[in-house]
Amino acid sequence: MTSEILIEAENLTKKFGNLVAVDNINFSVFKGECFGFLGPNGAGKTTTMKMVHCVLPLTVGRLTVASMDVTTHAREIKKMIGVAPQEDNLDPDFTVFHNLIVFARYFDIPKAEAQKRTNELLKFVQLEEKRKVIIDQLSAGMKRRLILARALINEPQILILDEPTTGLDPQARHLIWDKIRSLQKQGVTIVLTTHYMEEAAQLCDRTVIMDNGKIIEEGKPNELIKKHVGEEVLEVAHDEAVLKFLRSAFPDARLEVLSDRIQVFTNQPRGLFANILNKFSFKAAMIRDANLEDVFLKLTGRRLRE
Amino acid sequence: MKTSNVISYFKIPKLSYRVWRVWRRDQDVFMKTYKVNFIPPLVEPVFYLVGLGFGLGGFVQPQEGLSYIVFIAPALAATSMMFSSFFECTYGSFVRMYYQKTFDAIIATPLSLEEVIAGELLWGATKSLINSTIVLGIISLFGLVSSPLFLLIPPLSFLVGLLFSAIAMCFTAIAPNIDSFNYPSFLFITPMFILSGTFFSITNLPQAVQTVSNVLSPLTHAVALTRALTVGRFSFTLLLNLSWFLVTTPFFFVLSINLMKKRLIK
Repeated sequence: MTSEILIEAENLTKKFGNLVAVDNINFSVFKGECFGFLGPNGAGKTTTMKMVHCVLPLTVGRLTVASMDVTTHAREIKKMIGVAPQEDNLDPDFTVFHNLIVFARYFDIPKAEAQKRTNELLKFVQLEEKRKVIIDQLSAGMKRRLILARALINEPQILILDEPTTGLDPQARHLIWDKIRSLQKQGVTIVLTTHYMEEAAQLCDRTVIMDNGKIIEEGKPNELIKKHVGEEVLEVAHDEAVLKFLRSAFPDARLEVLSDRIQVFTNQPRGLFANILNKFSFKAAMIRDANLEDVFLKLTGRRLRE
Repeated sequence: MKTSNVISYFKIPKLSYRVWRVWRRDQDVFMKTYKVNFIPPLVEPVFYLVGLGFGLGGFVQPQEGLSYIVFIAPALAATSMMFSSFFECTYGSFVRMYYQKTFDAIIATPLSLEEVIAGELLWGATKSLINSTIVLGIISLFGLVSSPLFLLIPPLSFLVGLLFSAIAMCFTAIAPNIDSFNYPSFLFITPMFILSGTFFSITNLPQAVQTVSNVLSPLTHAVALTRALTVGRFSFTLLLNLSWFLVTTPFFFVLSINLMKKRLIK
């Protein structure tokens, strides 16, 4: 990966009236990487994406894409970005094929070239047989794939994916992940938002975690996991006696007490929990790898959003 | 309201050839279902001409020196200009903006929101041209066109349609939901349809209503111009009718684009 900065935000802020949606954030996205914005609903991820692809003006700060300012070079920037928005905004008046053809026209792509690219992209997202189908008759997964194909019609250098797999079944999700990886291999810089931690861990080279409009942490998924929640997590059934015992056995550990379970986090190396389980037996005990979701819940809390 | 606020509603939009991309999108949709789209302008004037022209016309004295059916025929073309463009840029544009999110999709491409709205307005004007030209064809089949100047009606219909589209787009920009189009439809369009010299000369109306009709109703001016070009009758007031459009159209064109920007770009 080169270290050429493609997207850079300095003190980026977006206010809607009194509501501060994005609060003085700084980040840089390097060319060729997959960069993830994680955060609960309402964290400001989508608002940030919309400022990057120049459909929402920023309130304060500076935001550049390929060294061009978003407030003065919107047209140039939009030409080099492909956007797969969160909500389905495919054109219901057209077929699958015609959706891409019409979209190509907005980018001034000549007709013959547009048809060529459309055929290739429909193959890429495995929708060739659906080319004559009207949008209403597609499943949610097919729509997401078509939106991905549409975002690629202008052969973008940067691909923005706003919650690319929300609401999809595992098959459809894995297919999308596969496509994202292959695009990254082709050199496309990918910026995605998600609240699926597995998705971020699977795809992203670097991530930032947003909450209440602020970036509260950034780094590589593995490093974040190690830093905040260690390598392993012990989970046992909730019991006051067990809780007391765990507190004394792991004085340095962080204990998360849920209604039916206790989670034990430690920054000690692997094997610590296995030793304990060899000596004592707990109800419903299990050791699992710490994951990004643990990090996320630690940093953003368990309180419901919205 | 501060002056700077008022000025912000009349900022001249920056437009490029890209507005035609939006126009082309709407045209593609229209052509996909063209058979259904041609029903209203083909069928409606026939019923009006037969029912009102032949039926009612037997009881009605000549209006402005024209037999009743000759009097109403050009008004049918003019009202089709109003209905087609106004409904295109209220219900049609609202559905594309609010339900289909079509505008959101387009502004993620090199097009700007100004260009999207301008494209919608030009398409509304085009609908006016298409529909009124079909109506014109029907009334000429009935032998009710007597001047070759009727060839100027299609370009006029584009101008008239552009004004109604722009007025419609202003309502679309402030409509909280699709049902609220009942206000302009029944408080603006319906009274105009009746009171703009369409089915009887406005000189039959009380003076106050005449004045309102002349000052505020775009349809009054559209009907006067269309009628003059259909029967070949000219007067100085036609210049006033035309000037009315030349002044109000750019005003509402610019206003509607700025209102939409305020609605969609926070």
